[in-house]
Amino acid sequence: MRLRRKRRILRCLRKARELTVVSDNTGSIQPDDILLTSTVRNEKIRLPYFLKYYRDLGVNHFLFIDNDSDDGTLEYLAAQPGVSVWRTGHSYKKATYGVDWTNYLLRRHAHGHWVLTVDPDEFFVYPFCDTRPVRALTDWLDSTGVRSFGAMLVDVYPKGPIDEERYREGQNPLEIASWFDTGNYTITRNPAYGNLWIQGGPRCRMFFQDNPRKAPALNKIPLVRWNRRFAYVSSTHALLPRGLNQVYDDSGGEKSSGVLLHAKLIDTLGAKAEEELTRTQHYASSTEYRAYAQHLQDRPSFWCKWSEKYINWRQLEILGLMSKGNWA
Amino acid sequence: MSTLGIVMLVHTALDRAEQVARHWTASGCPVVIHVDRKVPGGVYETFVRSCSSDPKILFSKRHSCDWGGWGIVAASQSAARMMLDRFPDVRHVYLASGACLPLRPVQELIDYLAARPRTDFIESATTEDVSWTVGGLDIERFTLRFPFSWRKQRKLFDAYVKFQRRIGYKRKIPEGLVPHMGSQWWCLTRQTLSAVLEDPKRRTYDRYFRRVWIPDESYFQTLSRLYSTDIESRSLTLSKFDFQGKPHIFYDDHLQLLRRSDCFVARKIWPQADRLYQAFLTDQATAMKPAEPNPARIDRVFAKAVERRTRGRDGLYMQSRFPGHGRENKLTSGPYSVFQGFSELFEDFEAWLAGSTGLRVHGHLFAPDRAEFADGETMINGGLTDHAGLRDYNPTAFLSNLIWNTRGERQCFQYGPADNQDINWFLARDINAQISVVTGAWAVPLFRSNRNFSEIRKEAARLQRIETEQLDILRSVWTKARVRIWTMAEFIEAPMEPIQTVIDEIMPAGPRHIAEAPRLVDIAGFGKFLQNLKNQGMHPYLMGDFPVEEPGEQTPKPIRKPYLVQ
Repeated sequence: MRLRRKRRILRCLRKARELTVVSDNTGSIQPDDILLTSTVRNEKIRLPYFLKYYRDLGVNHFLFIDNDSDDGTLEYLAAQPGVSVWRTGHSYKKATYGVDWTNYLLRRHAHGHWVLTVDPDEFFVYPFCDTRPVRALTDWLDSTGVRSFGAMLVDVYPKGPIDEERYREGQNPLEIASWFDTGNYTITRNPAYGNLWIQGGPRCRMFFQDNPRKAPALNKIPLVRWNRRFAYVSSTHALLPRGLNQVYDDSGGEKSSGVLLHAKLIDTLGAKAEEELTRTQHYASSTEYRAYAQHLQDRPSFWCKWSEKYINWRQLEILGLMSKGNWA
Repeated sequence: MSTLGIVMLVHTALDRAEQVARHWTASGCPVVIHVDRKVPGGVYETFVRSCSSDPKILFSKRHSCDWGGWGIVAASQSAARMMLDRFPDVRHVYLASGACLPLRPVQELIDYLAARPRTDFIESATTEDVSWTVGGLDIERFTLRFPFSWRKQRKLFDAYVKFQRRIGYKRKIPEGLVPHMGSQWWCLTRQTLSAVLEDPKRRTYDRYFRRVWIPDESYFQTLSRLYSTDIESRSLTLSKFDFQGKPHIFYDDHLQLLRRSDCFVARKIWPQADRLYQAFLTDQATAMKPAEPNPARIDRVFAKAVERRTRGRDGLYMQSRFPGHGRENKLTSGPYSVFQGFSELFEDFEAWLAGSTGLRVHGHLFAPDRAEFADGETMINGGLTDHAGLRDYNPTAFLSNLIWNTRGERQCFQYGPADNQDINWFLARDINAQISVVTGAWAVPLFRSNRNFSEIRKEAARLQRIETEQLDILRSVWTKARVRIWTMAEFIEAPMEPIQTVIDEIMPAGPRHIAEAPRLVDIAGFGKFLQNLKNQGMHPYLMGDFPVEEPGEQTPKPIRKPYLVQ
């Protein structure tokens, strides 16, 4: 495992050459700033709300990697305060689906910082996020000696067909996609990295019925007090060293955890799926996107009578999708 | 000059400390601040300078304070000494930290103490009486040596403790001392405090306590017992601890909770909890009416957090709770019933059971083709679908999810050897499962089917093998489920009796007797059917003994009428 970690780190250093800096404001990062890093491609429409959401939570600095956007994403990000941007035209797939780039930026700029690694369609929800900024959480994690914080993906979807309502720039996507599945998730432990492998939710029940093994993984560890010796292995599903993956209690108790509300299933998915099909830059030869493209023609609706409308984190806590754990 | 003096131990968030210190002095209370030596000189200088405009704020000699070490006691000693020497009017000295926040007007605290001029408020209990010690060390705190840091050198710490236990090492407790422990935040009278500080044997005591583990929770607690005339064993500071012995932190959203507690001082406050500082330091008009401090009011919230962290919610499998085998507490979140063989023996058993119990009764949830949810639904609570592939991908998760999703509503379902068998151990180990089995009843549908006999024979052999394996599991010593097993022969002798027992258990407060009995299916000729199987070389034994009806006796028994057990 140590070798594997070293390999990941060497690899990220090698892949670092693929990144060109566009706007570097990392000099303004203060020692205890909370950072956020994200890899984007043609996400301009989502970014204004994304930035607002995380700025409101108390993220101090953003590190973006732009993978060859042609919709003005790069220009938009470069003009934002508190944002540093790198761009690359290289293969997302060959950079282990962006992980190498992320690892490099984290190693370079996030050492000693709490850092969130999320996609532009993921919205971090944690216990008390309506009354306490994310710094309250990281301070508390520091005081209890915890270095990583888990937050599973919960797919949110609209009530009708997903292309029925158009998403407007700057809009809260949860206004459109506010429904989610509450209790159809399955978990197994991954012995290799010690993390949990969670699957299920609407994408699984709609698109992967006949091949649930291939359903997307929903476990994520997006918030880490980074050290330059750490490395993500596959997306943010697992990290090395392995101890960081122990975000769950295995003796019956509950550790505290959050949720990443995943607002992917809105009208922008169609264009994305089309594009990704031709690029085949996503995981497992883009099986997921192939499934989307196939089903999207039938204008699927994920909504069912057991769907639950998202209200707040307390609701997710009661449903058992996340936990306050020991934080009160 | 006030009769109350505050000793404040500070190591971070100096701006908040200053804010609170000025709050105390504004009501006339002098403050002596001890700043941890680990705070850099420059930061310390700035802090001292910014407080210098207030003559009632003094700074004491700095010590380096490590958790669990002597430094905190040394700091309290020198600061308390300074307080007693420099402010002769002070009658009570209150030990607080930089993260403490007065919740009630200072004047109320002054009055409260003035009314109890000889009382020392210090939580102080003998080692036998405390249950909250972390690491299982109580009296051993006083009798072992602790040269290693618990935080940084945990392995060495543990090993050394073990070693000392092994060789039976014991330090001698100085004569006259009875070890007491308690919260480190106290409020002592001048008499008691000066007696402790001026004790002729103080050097001996200090030397002894220097090597005690976490002396700040025992030094004053033990010594004040020697001199105080009136100890009130409780801390005036509200402080809640989590399961690791670390203090819970208060945030803005605790405002109402803290208000209700009626406590004088609370810790720890998150330094950036602006609303709390705003509310309690500036807004004295909203003060609470005079009342006894009542920390119990907010205990529940924090006790719940501890329980959630240590025990969790039964039957919940999620991203941050995934108990290992045998550590689940309970495997599912609530009781449920499994019926095996009933829907084969009775006509429309599910509808009957639903009707007489009012519960949700599913068909064979683990049937090969689909999950037969009640009322033919294709989807159920939580978004579980009836798709067999999804269910069989993780059948135990399907079951635990189903029970979790329908919390508060007991579920019943049919089960049998033709169904997915991967949940057998899960069912058997689950204390919430009530399993009723009529063995061999799977033969009834075969008997009534219109299939070729060779096929029937093969299927019967398969089902019998599966059910036998299942029964082995249900009868194993690890089984925690409430299991009842009847052979089909003994069951149909008097079917209502067992059914009544099972239903009574499901609904202890339900009607004493079932109004309407389910209809047994017609099994005339079943004995002969079994004999035929035997003749073909397949020995059905799970049904029990059925008499073979002679072919000559063609007087079919009248169809049994439903009957009631009275």
